[in-house]
Amino acid sequence: MNAESGQPATTTQTRAAQRADLTLATIKERRSNRRRALQMLWHNRLGSIGALILILVAIAAVFAPFLAPADPNHGEIVARLQCPMLTSCPRFGTDQTIHGSSKHILGTDQLGRDILSRIIYGARISLIVGLTAVAIGAGFGTILGLISGYYGRWADSLIMRVGDIFLAFPFFLLAIAIVAAVGGGLFNVIVVLAVASWVPYARLIRGSVLSSKAQEYVIAARAIGVRDMGLLLKHILPNVITPVIVYATFGVAAAIIAEAGLSFLGLGVGSTVSDWGAMLADGRQYVGTAWWLATIPGVAIMLTVLSINMIGDWIRDALDPHLRNI
Amino acid sequence: MTQYIIRRVIQSIFVILGVITAVFIISNLSGDPATLILGPNASADAIQAMKERLGLDQPLYVQYVKFIGDAVRGNFQQSLQYQGHSSMNIALTRFPRTVELAGVALILEVIISLTLGIIAAVKRYSMIDNFVMFIALVGQSIPNFWLGIMLILIFSVNLGWFSSQGYSLSPYYFVLPAITLAAPPIARLTRLTRSGMLDVLGEDYVRTGRAKGLQERTVVLGHALKNAAIPLVTVIGLDFGRLLGGAIITEQIFEWNGVGQLLVSSIESRDFPVVQAAVFIIAATFVLINLIVDLLYAQLDPRVRLT
Repeated sequence: MNAESGQPATTTQTRAAQRADLTLATIKERRSNRRRALQMLWHNRLGSIGALILILVAIAAVFAPFLAPADPNHGEIVARLQCPMLTSCPRFGTDQTIHGSSKHILGTDQLGRDILSRIIYGARISLIVGLTAVAIGAGFGTILGLISGYYGRWADSLIMRVGDIFLAFPFFLLAIAIVAAVGGGLFNVIVVLAVASWVPYARLIRGSVLSSKAQEYVIAARAIGVRDMGLLLKHILPNVITPVIVYATFGVAAAIIAEAGLSFLGLGVGSTVSDWGAMLADGRQYVGTAWWLATIPGVAIMLTVLSINMIGDWIRDALDPHLRNI
Repeated sequence: MTQYIIRRVIQSIFVILGVITAVFIISNLSGDPATLILGPNASADAIQAMKERLGLDQPLYVQYVKFIGDAVRGNFQQSLQYQGHSSMNIALTRFPRTVELAGVALILEVIISLTLGIIAAVKRYSMIDNFVMFIALVGQSIPNFWLGIMLILIFSVNLGWFSSQGYSLSPYYFVLPAITLAAPPIARLTRLTRSGMLDVLGEDYVRTGRAKGLQERTVVLGHALKNAAIPLVTVIGLDFGRLLGGAIITEQIFEWNGVGQLLVSSIESRDFPVVQAAVFIIAATFVLINLIVDLLYAQLDPRVRLT
């Protein structure tokens, strides 16, 4: 009996153990799912924080004349190099200590201009350049990618080989080389950043078009007589645009950094407007004596770019589940 | 494989020719070289004579063919600023310093990113993972020229640990520029390492490894990493090229006198032949690196050769 009952008992025990294991696995699985969900939420929360920051930056850019406490280009030389509110620093060139005042919350620069006002106005340049450069670059790349993937043959070869040449230059080197030749200024900087960035969009779209060309919905649409143009724009494009949207979001972040980088090198939109990159370049000269000059515009750039990257992660999670882990 | 190598090499040669063409087009956008050389006050006759000397009086396609012929042999016009010196030589003497900086940055990048990425993947969805990913997100968002200035402010101006400027292969000089240059790629590679590891950690052979009682360390580093590493090799290789491009700004901040700093100072002094030579060297190296990376990848993953 014992021996006989022993056998089934062991089996039962094994089963119980298995069940316990299974339950444990399920619990682990569930816990992992819950963690995953939490992470999604965390991403979403980051996404909403990002959206909030970006909205604030956009409000600053649009309503700059109403929000800025002072004229960003008007400097009072007697009030130069004042430190931000709640901090203290030596008066420039003396041993005297001065305290930052509420008149200039973020202090003043080497010409006595109000830094807060310059930051608020600077948001305009960053957003305008970032958004338009990517809109042009992504739009151009998308059109060329559609042509390349759909028509193939010589058009494909030509577009892709020209793309190879563009990719032979590191992004920033190409931007610098062109700006060096044609000169800076708002328009040039936008065009240059667009020109330097179209290739990845074209490649993304081309790849997707190639794989969707053989799919049933495309064949079906063609069978009922949809013309090339309609097929490309109404049927194929909506199905292949997702990765471009994700990529373009991060592209805006990259373009804002590149614009600031060009201005930092003195190749940007010019000195007549408030520009975060140019402010950084000015601040670099005073890094030993006036820390806020270089620190504050950098924080502005970082927060803006960070907010866009957060939104980018969020959009990618929402639109493209395959890429979630990246 | 031989066929693939030949195809890729030929392709790269055409890309280099394309790069030269691009440099030609860009330098034609920058205005008339003869006026640049002689200055705005030169007489019309002198400018005409200079144009003839430089061959600028000939049709554009003749100039283009000559430009390609010269560029292939590494001949660009003489420097306008340093009279009598070949632009290519000036750029070439500076180039090794840029390579050194990019090399140190690449080593930093690989060590830090792989470590953080693997830890984040193994401990996924934990606090450590979230923390690493958040740092990576911030790291991707920091403009590295700002990071450089902040590092100078903290570690050079306030603490005095490192030098804020100058070229030397001692840690006192290269630590800050290398960190500055490597920061954005570190953030990106960390994310890619994590996602690559997450993909393979779910594979059957990893479960088999664990099931047969291998140590977790062996499974993660021996089996999983080996497979996750293949696509990372490409990224790391391409990053070396990107670091060469990124060095332009970093060198400017730390006055590291490599080819990037030469490029910016030549743009400022409108010394366009040197700009051409510097752009060409960086781009040509970039193409060469891409070629090597592709061939390496084809060696590691034979499927690539077929496409």
